[in-house]
Amino acid sequence: MTPDEIRAAFLEELAKVAPDIAPETVGDDDHIQDDLELDSMDVLNLVTALHTRFGIDIPESDYPQIGTPALAVAYFARTD
Amino acid sequence: MGMFTMPSLGADMEAGTLVEWLVNPGDTVKRGDVVAVVETQKGAIEIETFEAGTVHQLQAELGQKLPVGAPLAVIVGEDEAAPEAMSASTPDEPSAEPAGAPPSPAPTVEPMVVEAPPRPAAAPTPVAQPPQGHVASPAARRRAAELGVDLATVTGTGLGGAIQMADVEGAAGAAQAKTGAATVSAPEAVKPSPLVEMRKAIAAAMARSKREIPHFYVSQTIDLQPATEWLDTTNADRAPANRILMGALFVRACALAAAKVSTVNGHFTDDEFHRSDAVHAGVAIALRGGGLVAPALIDAHKKGLDAIMADMRDLVTRARAGRLRGSEMTMGTITISALGDAGAEAMSGVIFPPQVALVGIGAPQRRPWVIGDAVEPRQTVAVTVSVDHRVCDGRQAAKFLVEFEAHMQSPEAL
Repeated sequence: MTPDEIRAAFLEELAKVAPDIAPETVGDDDHIQDDLELDSMDVLNLVTALHTRFGIDIPESDYPQIGTPALAVAYFARTD
Repeated sequence: MGMFTMPSLGADMEAGTLVEWLVNPGDTVKRGDVVAVVETQKGAIEIETFEAGTVHQLQAELGQKLPVGAPLAVIVGEDEAAPEAMSASTPDEPSAEPAGAPPSPAPTVEPMVVEAPPRPAAAPTPVAQPPQGHVASPAARRRAAELGVDLATVTGTGLGGAIQMADVEGAAGAAQAKTGAATVSAPEAVKPSPLVEMRKAIAAAMARSKREIPHFYVSQTIDLQPATEWLDTTNADRAPANRILMGALFVRACALAAAKVSTVNGHFTDDEFHRSDAVHAGVAIALRGGGLVAPALIDAHKKGLDAIMADMRDLVTRARAGRLRGSEMTMGTITISALGDAGAEAMSGVIFPPQVALVGIGAPQRRPWVIGDAVEPRQTVAVTVSVDHRVCDGRQAAKFLVEFEAHMQSPEAL
């Protein structure tokens, strides 16, 4: 997948978990918890969705590495 | 025969707006089935029937704002004949004076203004309406009000077709492009936003709580290291879909403690405490952009950790999508409010009436902890229980915390 495709997929799953966030307003460096106010359940739901979508396990210790769209693009490009 | 009426979905709810029918006349319903969706100050709530039978007649129309107790539908019991005469003689009950009104409506309730167009004078037979209306997230509803967008014109792309904020903005953009109008404004804009409404609902419930309930607070900082380590190990072997959050351990430990120390579990109504054997654990969920809902996790005392986790996921998902149920809004017997992974270390919360206790859990903190004669850095958490002094005293509240702490020390047994 290209970085753009990864980014689009990440934002799509984010919007499903947090239907009140408009994906086009999310910046590359917006943090899902600090800026977008996802709680721990939202984060787990996002991780679950990304796991299904990318087939990558994403252990808890890796959560900080998908904290922003930019970080997530790098993470999934690396583990792809 | 039962009159299905606008239920009270909270201590201070006065009215709700019918936004969706999920049944048609002739449908068979059983106890607990969701039959309608009502928009309240706390968002859209699915309303269940407590009567089994056949839907005979829908008496309220979509868009109508109706006081608590107003008739919504007639449900005929399984062994009863359909009341033909009744439907003919009372086709159009005035909604301002509902037959099934509560015995003593709150004196402060203003006359309800029906917002929908008046019903046709003669409506001899109910017309089967296809289920319609719209499911939308609270933020989408707020945005729609701001932009003057009618939700009925918006196609939802969220979970279960729920309307998301982006859908509303898309629709507003399309409308604007079509008319070429510089701004979208409408009489809608004068309506208070859902967020303002929710703030009002919280203000009313919390002011009543602080006015009527003599709160006292008991706190304990507990060692969270065993639970933290157990959770890390357990989740390491699990796929994301099966992982557990610390919040589920808190709810489970609270449910067990509340079942044991039941003087904190129940409702205070009609000047007396009604203890509950079942623990329906209210789980406080913060909504982005402000506001809070605390739907109940039903029968939490009977559920294991995985079941509690699954239910919490479900509650959070539905809270975000605006799909909580009426029973969940009213059945809670004790509420748990946790500040999450990071943040402030302690919270003394306000009890959610008619409940008599609220467990406030701070964000876990790494702190020095004495074990034997040594000091070690450990994960800790401060737990504060707010309790109604009309119902019990410090001794019982302290006992509750002792039970809670004991359960958190043996996470493998939760």
